[in-house]
Amino acid sequence: MRNFFEKLEKLDRRVIFIFVAIALILPLFFPLNIKFSVTPPVKSFYDTIESLPPGSKVLLSADYDPGSMPELWPMHLAALRQMCKRNIKIISTQLWATGSPLAERAFNLVAVGEYHKQYGIDFVNLGFKEGREVVMVSMGNSIPQTFPADYHGNKTEDLPIMKGVKNFSDLAMIVNISGGLPGTKEWVLQVVSRYHIKLVSGCTAVAAPEFYPYLQSGQLVGLLGGMKGAAEYEQMVGVTGLGKRGMDSQSVAHLVIFFFIIIGNIAYFSMKLMKKEK
Amino acid sequence: MVTDLNTAIWNTLAAFLTFCIFSFLYKDNPFYKIAEHIVVGVSAGYFAVILYWNGLVPKLWNPVVKQGKWYYLIPGLLGLIMWTRFSKKYAWISRFSISFYMGIATGVAVPLYMQNFVIRQLSSTMLPVHFKNSVGFFNLLIIVGVLCALIYFFFSKEHKGAMGSAARVGIWTLMVGFGAGFGLTVMGRVSLLIDRVIFLKNYFTSIFGHIL
Repeated sequence: MRNFFEKLEKLDRRVIFIFVAIALILPLFFPLNIKFSVTPPVKSFYDTIESLPPGSKVLLSADYDPGSMPELWPMHLAALRQMCKRNIKIISTQLWATGSPLAERAFNLVAVGEYHKQYGIDFVNLGFKEGREVVMVSMGNSIPQTFPADYHGNKTEDLPIMKGVKNFSDLAMIVNISGGLPGTKEWVLQVVSRYHIKLVSGCTAVAAPEFYPYLQSGQLVGLLGGMKGAAEYEQMVGVTGLGKRGMDSQSVAHLVIFFFIIIGNIAYFSMKLMKKEK
Repeated sequence: MVTDLNTAIWNTLAAFLTFCIFSFLYKDNPFYKIAEHIVVGVSAGYFAVILYWNGLVPKLWNPVVKQGKWYYLIPGLLGLIMWTRFSKKYAWISRFSISFYMGIATGVAVPLYMQNFVIRQLSSTMLPVHFKNSVGFFNLLIIVGVLCALIYFFFSKEHKGAMGSAARVGIWTLMVGFGAGFGLTVMGRVSLLIDRVIFLKNYFTSIFGHIL
């Protein structure tokens, strides 16, 4: 037994990598279709958008980069699908420079490709603006002045969708897809408290624990945390994207990691006990 | 999915770089270094171009040259003197810009920070405690957890007796928080890996799918 624990303590980490890789790859080829339930923060995210009347104008701030795409891209697409289905008008901005091409691609895939929405009438991409929180504050004064031209160089004020949109008070809510800073925390800090507008957030799993207190305090009305949040949201919207497809692998990989943590702790404490007895 | 030659070339490059990065799991090697340097170089180049067209041109060049707003040169100068940080002799000059930036950032954030992240969070901890359903019980858990965690960080009195017990509950509460954070971090990292594996699966299917 002692030999076994000694070997386990000296186990090459690459062996663990192989096990995790196998656990992750196999379910992609042989789906297990593990069922999962929809949690209240995700339901609230969905219900808040669902409660908006058709024609409402929503600000979708895509504040992330390709590095967080695996977690945020599925929720970005699902949010667009839900809003397009409900005929909600979408005004997109990005506080991350690398978010602009992603927002553009998402619009082309969903709004144009699937729902045949018209640019400038049903949706608009105002692009990226440097300045982080200052941009948020500036949007509180005037969105057209903060973004005088859209991503394609059109004059913002001339676009039909921007008619009657001066600042946050002309919007129904904000949907923030957040990959870090600036992101949800800054939207809560600079915009929610000042302008009393509803905010829902889709964020990376790493950031989710930080945002749960805002959900409890009502500063956020809905939250999607990581790929699990995206999968639940996809289930509610009725689509199968990367979130749902990845959940089997996610679950099996977690079981393997869980197993190694348990085994590692048993080996550690057993060796400690054996050394004490000696 | 590969649809044309152009996409095939880019996807092949992406697959190659993915394997280069994964090779680090075995050990550090030149392929990993190449991929790492490409990421850093491409990111720096991308941001330089974006910030030039999104910052320098519309916020400094156009206002000064096209609109004659000369006072825009003041923030321009503040930005320029940041470069003195590269000189040991003149690095002190950059402190003017840093102090200006810090002043703005503090002014924008501090009052709201107190209101949103301290007072609002405190008020949302004052929850009704009852035992009619699970909500009341969980409210009690939140209140006990917050108070005990605060006691753990209260150093003016020795953590002994009731104070010590409360501090112990406080550290358990913190541990639960760290555990949740760690679990979600693992989930995030596994998600990144899943995305890459799906990409490679699609890539190989598109390349070899019709050969096999």
